[in-house]
Amino acid sequence: MMRAFLTLVLAGVLAMPAQAELLIRITEGADNALPVAVVPFGESGGISGDEDIAQIVRDDLAMSGEFAPLATDKMLSLPSKGDDVYYRDWRLLGQKYLLVGQLSPANGGKDVKAQFELFDVNQEKRILGATATVSAKNLRTLGHHISDRVYEAITGTKGIFSTRIAYITLDMEDGKRIYRLNVSDVDGKRSQVRLKTDEPILSPAWAPDGKRLAYVSFETGRPAIYIHELSTGKRNKIAQFPGLNSAPAFSPDGKSLLLTLSRDGNAEIYKMDIASRKLTRMTDHWAIDTEPSWAPDGESFVFTSDRSGGPQVYRMDANGGDLKRLTFGSRYNARPRYSADGKNIFYVHQRDSAFHIARMNVDSGDESILTRTQLDESPSVAPNGRLLIYATQQGSNSVLAVVSADGGSTYTLPSRFGDVREPAWSPFVN
Amino acid sequence: MTRTFPKLIALMFALGVMAGCSSTGETQEEGAYGSDVSAVDQEGGSEVYGGDGSSGVSSSDMTAEERAQESAQAEAAAMRKITTFYFDFDTSEIKSESRDVLVAHAKFLSENPNRSIRLEGHGDERGTKEYNLALGERRAKAVERFLIVNGASRDQIETISYGEEKPAVMGQGESVWAQNRRVELIYQ
Repeated sequence: MMRAFLTLVLAGVLAMPAQAELLIRITEGADNALPVAVVPFGESGGISGDEDIAQIVRDDLAMSGEFAPLATDKMLSLPSKGDDVYYRDWRLLGQKYLLVGQLSPANGGKDVKAQFELFDVNQEKRILGATATVSAKNLRTLGHHISDRVYEAITGTKGIFSTRIAYITLDMEDGKRIYRLNVSDVDGKRSQVRLKTDEPILSPAWAPDGKRLAYVSFETGRPAIYIHELSTGKRNKIAQFPGLNSAPAFSPDGKSLLLTLSRDGNAEIYKMDIASRKLTRMTDHWAIDTEPSWAPDGESFVFTSDRSGGPQVYRMDANGGDLKRLTFGSRYNARPRYSADGKNIFYVHQRDSAFHIARMNVDSGDESILTRTQLDESPSVAPNGRLLIYATQQGSNSVLAVVSADGGSTYTLPSRFGDVREPAWSPFVN
Repeated sequence: MTRTFPKLIALMFALGVMAGCSSTGETQEEGAYGSDVSAVDQEGGSEVYGGDGSSGVSSSDMTAEERAQESAQAEAAAMRKITTFYFDFDTSEIKSESRDVLVAHAKFLSENPNRSIRLEGHGDERGTKEYNLALGERRAKAVERFLIVNGASRDQIETISYGEEKPAVMGQGESVWAQNRRVELIYQ
């Protein structure tokens, strides 16, 4: 079964000044998590910065739910290079994998270079040896990079530790509701506020290049859709029609958006070519049609419609044809998102009085419920398909939670203050 | 002597049942909007009776017709103090208890073509945000259509949906959600 309620609150978070910093709390690990030892990295020469690279890697691997990192104080030896590794030490501790490494200054102290090696303890074999260099200011980037390399070497799947999440926070400040659009690392660290307003911000959506976000902001008093370039902070208001301007979703080629407008009477899905702003109407029905999401191949999209009487998930070809209803399991199924391989959709599913995140295999129609929390919303899938982030209720606050895409392990990312909601997992960024 | 507004009292009762059922065991916190809006039903009730007293100019030379007219006007004015209209989960159907009040607003708008209103549609926190935005709009538009059918002009009405973003009452449970599924009518 699940390893019960290991609560892990990362040190140092309280010292962080950022308003929207998230705390990470791992509630359940997978039952078959792989034991891995990440030995504290050796250092030669003066390394500035107080980040503990090995601890970042341990936290990342634990966060995936697929690994159970060994605590440092249990280690019998602390090698920092392959020559000093005694496999017996690690076999005794029941470890399957071992990571050792060392840091040294580079580029006159401006950069830090890491050399690291990963070993399969049972086979007594080195399975990865690599170096990586980053600016001394970005040691967390280095830690996440090493985590990605280790994760991929062991599982064969690309790691997501260098990707980011966008999310919205809501705080009461001086009696006003303050909304912020934030972007942080996947562990909630290094969060940065990208937009702050006292009117709602909704529906952040990543462009496939990972460099732009589309979202809805009511900052002018009425809803509008913006595209926000993260490196420059430059924004373009691309839609502010009468009525709804909602639910933007980038196409896989990044050139167009699906969005929901009600300018022709009621909520319909349109496609907008971003360069020309030309609109093509995709749906035409008196019911609500909204929450579109492209299939990864760009050949079709899924969306929510209540044309059957309540919200259900439908699929439509990119040219507007071949409409097909996908969900039948309950009276409320909404806001679908495709998995990266296009085989599954994830969506909000009502069962009795609770709202969960469910997964459906698009071909077979097989449905399973992934979450045990209630009032779950806004599922967003990691680009490697292994994890799913969503918003849920914890006490009186909204928090972010992560669950493995097969429903196994979970962790939550509650904000220190107020509500955090509407997570969007970035694509891989090179 | 005491004038009664039977419809209005029935309505107050219907709304009061909902607004007043702060049942035990459910968390209810007044939100930023809570003090305004949740008070509408209850203070609306007390305003009604205050209005009754102030208009109680008991003059014997009024004709029965004048008296009836004045009574109707006072009733309509009292009704227009109700500006929040509630909906069932995942519907945009105007409830029967909202109809007389909306007719009073529509009549006022048709008699005062220079006045305009804003209809703000809202949903409860359950379900998905973007669907709730569309649902809030559908509620606002249902109220707009009802007002137009009853004499208001389209030019007098602006609609906007906030979905689940601006709850009237914070917390969870059906009594809270019921107060958040609403359209607010705001005179500009």
